[in-house]
Amino acid sequence: MTGRRTLAHPPLAMGGAPPAGPGGLPRLMPAAGAVPVDLRGHLAAHGPLPAVRSRDRLLAEVAAAGLTGRGGAAFPVARKLDAAARARPAPIVVGNGAEGEPASSKDRSLLWISPHLVLDGLQLAAAVAGSGSAVLYVTRGDRLHARLAGAIAERAAAGIDAVRVGLVAAPDRFLAGEESALASRLAGRPALPSHRPARGLPRLAPGRTALVQNVETLAHLALIARYGAAWFRTVGTAAEPGSMLVTLHRAGGRPAVAEVPAGAGIADLLGLDARPGVPAGSPVPSVAGPVQAVLVGGYHGAWLTATTAAGLPLATTALRPLGAAAGAGVLAALPADRCGLAETARVARYLALESAGQCGPCFNGLPRIAAAAEHLAGPRPGPRARADLERWAGLLTGRGACHHPDGSVRFIRSALRVFAAEAGLHEQGRCRSTDPRPFLPVPAGRPATEEDWS
Amino acid sequence: MTGITHATALWYASRATGVVTLLLLTAVVLLGILVNRQGRLPGLPGFAVTGLHRNISLLAVAFLVIHVVTAVADPYVTIGLAAAVLPFASAYKAFWLGLGAISLDLIAALILTSLARARMSRPAWRAIHWLAYAAWPLAVVHSLGSSADTRSGPVLGVLTGCVLATTAALAWRLSRAAREVPRAGRAAAILSRMSARKAGL
Amino acid sequence: MARRLRVNPVACAGHGACAELLPELIALDEWGYPIVADRPVPRGLEREARRAVAACPALALALSRVA
Repeated sequence: MTGRRTLAHPPLAMGGAPPAGPGGLPRLMPAAGAVPVDLRGHLAAHGPLPAVRSRDRLLAEVAAAGLTGRGGAAFPVARKLDAAARARPAPIVVGNGAEGEPASSKDRSLLWISPHLVLDGLQLAAAVAGSGSAVLYVTRGDRLHARLAGAIAERAAAGIDAVRVGLVAAPDRFLAGEESALASRLAGRPALPSHRPARGLPRLAPGRTALVQNVETLAHLALIARYGAAWFRTVGTAAEPGSMLVTLHRAGGRPAVAEVPAGAGIADLLGLDARPGVPAGSPVPSVAGPVQAVLVGGYHGAWLTATTAAGLPLATTALRPLGAAAGAGVLAALPADRCGLAETARVARYLALESAGQCGPCFNGLPRIAAAAEHLAGPRPGPRARADLERWAGLLTGRGACHHPDGSVRFIRSALRVFAAEAGLHEQGRCRSTDPRPFLPVPAGRPATEEDWS
Repeated sequence: MTGITHATALWYASRATGVVTLLLLTAVVLLGILVNRQGRLPGLPGFAVTGLHRNISLLAVAFLVIHVVTAVADPYVTIGLAAAVLPFASAYKAFWLGLGAISLDLIAALILTSLARARMSRPAWRAIHWLAYAAWPLAVVHSLGSSADTRSGPVLGVLTGCVLATTAALAWRLSRAAREVPRAGRAAAILSRMSARKAGL
Repeated sequence: MARRLRVNPVACAGHGACAELLPELIALDEWGYPIVADRPVPRGLEREARRAVAACPALALALSRVA
């Protein structure tokens, strides 16, 4: 750790609260003032990052806060930091901002608006893990990269970062943010998932591991270090404390990123009219028109009927029995005038094309499932399509190196459940939808080459 | 014609085992190509192709050892034991035997890395295994240069057969590999095939 | 000590040698890739399991200890 400059940082004494709006939100984005937040604005709002004099004390505070990963897996952060602190040699610390999920834009927004919270969190994680180097892993794209490079340089000039931060470009692929793919990319190879027989931190090379945290998680960490666990828990629920960023998709507008309490009601978030009296499975009225179904958790998440979703919180504990999870906070309210099967087929095609092409069951099964889904989205598909799809779905679960086949199968199976009535209509050559415009954001299908993964 | 003395016996043995080694090495290379392309031998289960490839390579090594030992032991020509592994260290026909020594060294590397395969990284093992395509031609050229036998008569026929078979097999392997869809395009290739098929329904 | 068979799906190229040698525990799906039974290897089949592991040309099959 050459070139390290220590300044007089206040000791880790948590207390106080950041300036915030009503309800204690937002926390990660500024309540008032200029956006994006530059270093001066960041220091004015939150003060300097406290030095980590006692690693155990910070770990205890993070554990008490109950912070879980905001990248989708929701792994307890204190446990991962503890594992990193024990690892020899010290792992490299990585802020994962790859955000391969097309329906999610929260990480990009956070990095654009509040990069210094993320970078603070990266320094804290490095201090706990004893790392000598840190990396910010962000999808290649000129403007955001330039902004982040500028933020890092600003901090280096001010001498506030103990550990040097490198910026690594992630390929623009769905799986680029998967932990083993990320590790591969950091080790100089293409960002392809690898087989991980052992549990624990992902490996770059024999003896070299990485502590990977989603960028939103790091931002929360930076706030917990300043204001403490009790403050963190003033928002959210006991089981799922704190706030989270969500990406909301509603008819008639662009996707919106918002910071909400964990465990907030899905109806509130999407503006659904949760009044009782709507028969189960019927469209639910909302500010943007009637909604037939809600996609929870992104393209590895699950569809729920609007009536079901309207009665649930965005909390994994409540969603798991229905085969869903909060994931990375993607919520999409499918309007009643669209075809859920057509939307699913478009996403299924994208998911198939995003296969790394390494594992036989995945690169054989997902394209066949996507073709069957396209068939089901058309008129009079015949009984074979559905039966074939079910058989292939069963052949995929747990047989890939990563969770791409599993997540994709979860998404498609939920569609077959939720849009069963629509499927019945298609069998008769009819379709309820009156609007052929695509709703969910799916990047245009481009054939992948080897370079695309580098 | 003089009787077969001790010395002549060793000389004959070395040349004979040399030809057998080359035949076995050719079989190993052909089987290796078959394993790589998941080909089958008629009437045999799939695992037999891999098994034969591995076992015949060990048999080839056995004959190779006899070939080297008899050549070194033969008092008619001066070939030190070191010349078996050190290229161009032989007093007799340094160049041609040197090629044989290089081939032997490469074969030793192939065998040893394959025995220790579980302990190596996959790319490292594969890189060394590709040296087989250097070891085999070196063995052929070594055969042609070391002894007049190989340049005429039935032995030349055997050698020619080996070279033709290996060249054909390699050409087949390369042409199949060239037409294979690269990893990044596998899912896309299957998807377009499936979509086209269903469109015809 | 129970042992389990595991496939490295990245290394596996669908040669199928494992299923030939250990049909009691390994079957092939419609694309030629192994489906390994989700139960520990019975004592009587341990030798066959080791043979199957050794026979894989891609070294994609492994026998692991499960506590």
